[in-house]
Amino acid sequence: MPDGSIPPQDRPNAPKLSLHIPEPAGRPGDAPDFSALPLSPAGAAPRPAVEAAPRDTHGLAYDLIRVLDETGQAVGPWNPRLDPDHLRRGLQAMILTRAFDDRMHRAHRQGKTSFYMKCTGEEAIAIAQAMVLTREDMTFPTYRQQGILIARGYPLATMMNQIYSNASDPILGRQLPIMYSSKEFGFFTISGNLGTQYPQAVGWAMASAYKGDDRIAAAYIGDGATAEGDFHNALTFAAVYRAPVILNIVNNQWAISTFSGMAGGGLTTFAAKGIAYGLPTLRVDGNDFLAVTAATQWAEQRARSNLGATVIEFVSYRAAQHSTSDDPSRYRPADEFDNFPLGDPIARLRRHLTGLGEWDDARQAAAEADAVEQVRAAGREAEAVGTLGQSRPSVKTMFEDVYAGDDWRIREQRQEVGV
Amino acid sequence: MPSLNMIQALNSAIDTAMSADPNVLSFGQDTGYFGGVFRVTDGLQGKHGLTRSFDAPIAEAGIVATAIGMAVYGLRPCVEIQFADYIYPGYDQLVSEAAKIRYRSGGEFTTPITVRTPYGGGIYGGQTHSQSPESLFTHIAGLKTVVPSNPYDAKGMLLAAIADDDPVLFFEPKRIYNGPFDGWHDRPVRPWAGHELAEVPEGPYTVPLGQARTMRQGADLTVLAYGTMVWVSLAAAEEAGVDAEVIDLRSLVPLDIDAIVASVKKTGRCVVVHEAPRTSGYGAELSALVQERCFHHLEAPIQRVTGWDTPYPHAQEWDYFPGPKRVAEAMRRAMEG
Ligand SMILES: Cc1ncc(C[n+]2csc(CCOP(=O)(O)OP(=O)(O)O)c2C)c(N)n1
Ligand SMILES: [Mg+2]
Repeated sequence: MPDGSIPPQDRPNAPKLSLHIPEPAGRPGDAPDFSALPLSPAGAAPRPAVEAAPRDTHGLAYDLIRVLDETGQAVGPWNPRLDPDHLRRGLQAMILTRAFDDRMHRAHRQGKTSFYMKCTGEEAIAIAQAMVLTREDMTFPTYRQQGILIARGYPLATMMNQIYSNASDPILGRQLPIMYSSKEFGFFTISGNLGTQYPQAVGWAMASAYKGDDRIAAAYIGDGATAEGDFHNALTFAAVYRAPVILNIVNNQWAISTFSGMAGGGLTTFAAKGIAYGLPTLRVDGNDFLAVTAATQWAEQRARSNLGATVIEFVSYRAAQHSTSDDPSRYRPADEFDNFPLGDPIARLRRHLTGLGEWDDARQAAAEADAVEQVRAAGREAEAVGTLGQSRPSVKTMFEDVYAGDDWRIREQRQEVGV
Repeated sequence: MPSLNMIQALNSAIDTAMSADPNVLSFGQDTGYFGGVFRVTDGLQGKHGLTRSFDAPIAEAGIVATAIGMAVYGLRPCVEIQFADYIYPGYDQLVSEAAKIRYRSGGEFTTPITVRTPYGGGIYGGQTHSQSPESLFTHIAGLKTVVPSNPYDAKGMLLAAIADDDPVLFFEPKRIYNGPFDGWHDRPVRPWAGHELAEVPEGPYTVPLGQARTMRQGADLTVLAYGTMVWVSLAAAEEAGVDAEVIDLRSLVPLDIDAIVASVKKTGRCVVVHEAPRTSGYGAELSALVQERCFHHLEAPIQRVTGWDTPYPHAQEWDYFPGPKRVAEAMRRAMEG
């Protein structure tokens, strides 16, 4: 051809192009198959020094940091050597979180609220992290980190008041159930818009550095939401400004009905996304309370030492439905959670503590009964105020907090309602 | 003729378009195997194959941008944004790109995409599942913005949108997916079954974009509404005992200005209704147009009934949602004026 290109008839005999659409290993009726999920044996992943160059952590983006082995023993360089009290508190918080989720899920079915989301199977991530970080640090959670509040002793009845949008809801019935907010507990107001808060956490951390403080931020995002541009903004800014932030990715394998491969999970790991930004990267067994703690401590120390951000992928599994509006039996094999190679975080920590001689079946039964009782008592308290529709913040509050100051439009509209 | 709800009618529209034209494809979050969180694309993957109805990553900017690229190639993508409240990451691609590619290339490149998205309140969805952002799009030259209010129009308008050579924002009033909700939230829900506008032909037909539908003839005043608010306005007319002419705009851009002007010239009074907040809502444009073109026929100030200028609340859903009581009051004010 005159422009030097190869004429169509002379081009190499390549097959016709075809559009690739990834599909999960299993759908309803299929046997669960996690063979594509890269795993490492407990204790196998090396632990670089906290001061390591980011590049010296990049192998860990493809490993899996695990501490608890098949028998429930803590092994390897990442063993955080926690005292039994810490472990027991963690286990109790996980048991309480699960009991709370079960109760509120039921409350939705009983028509007491409009919506609920469980974190079943993922409890270790939020709870272990909350126990490493302080309340002065700021967490930027998604809707699946209720464990942070519960681990920190936030009143369960207040959580329920929010879920019921009742007159005692601290955020005045403005948000969908479970979109909590608590500055006091280091828990940033949750947004229903995915990913938006991830780069905000970086900005918060930059502000702490700017002010010469010692506070750090922790951000959370799901595997699915890593596809949003905001995820990439966060990593760029965190790397460039060496922001003291922990960038957590909770890979629970699913985003509603969409498997993690649709966010690129089958091509590489989510932790590895941090490599291109020059950030340190850890891939961690998210159902291993000890591994979550150890990785968080590593990233926390790095951040507090002015060494900047760490990307951590926590591998876990969303055991429950996405939300009360969802029915997973329509899109995934029914028994995936039972066959998930990383198991159940509560069962694993229980086994570990039992092996240490610091826990037994009687204590487990007592902890479960106590959790149910705590939730029940909180339920009585919240329901005495009222469930959704029975009680609500005054209509006047609907017109407040739009701006810091007065606005004639809103004032007139409030007057029109007569409140 | 089968009686379909709006979800089924929309599904039938996409199915019909895909059957007729291999260049039509559908994608969005959870729209493939699962068929969408509202089930609008249910069964399409099974029927038309994996490459014609598939899931997308959670990246609205990516969904709109890849749809634009496909459209530039010659396809007619019909994509879903799961909730209109999540369309904002895709806004830049719509405003800076889809809306302007024809113009800036001298007509050389075009972007015939359809962006479907459920919008509106009344489902206890809180601020991230209830918004009505249509005026953010009607403001943009180069975009078309339409809102059906019933199954028949939903199918005919979606087929017209997919066939349209320009980018169309297709807002689906999710509160009336299953029945013509009239705003009386404490009364039993009516399903679409048996409703005459739920009689949806199986085959192809189009409802041209830019034509309003008079839902109720009346002599006293003209109501301009779209989506769920059409049904609320009809209920309000009954509540107020006013002989209102209720016009379902159906298409905001292009707008059926002739139908509006003819009706207001006849009635001399006008009430504009939408769920979106008042300030810079599409009602502002409508009142300006009516004032400009019907000034000498107006016997009373134009009334606007809208959502408040606050974010969409959860607990106070029914104090925010402009229900039939508020619309009826506006009708009475318009009659007094
Ligand atoms: C910007 C935006 N797009 C879409 C949605 C709708 N949506 C809510 S949750 C969800 C799936 C999220 O999956 P993932 O990030 O993996 O988190 P997980 O729910 O698994 O914890 C989607 C698509 C949303 N909330 N925000
Ligand atoms: Mg997920």
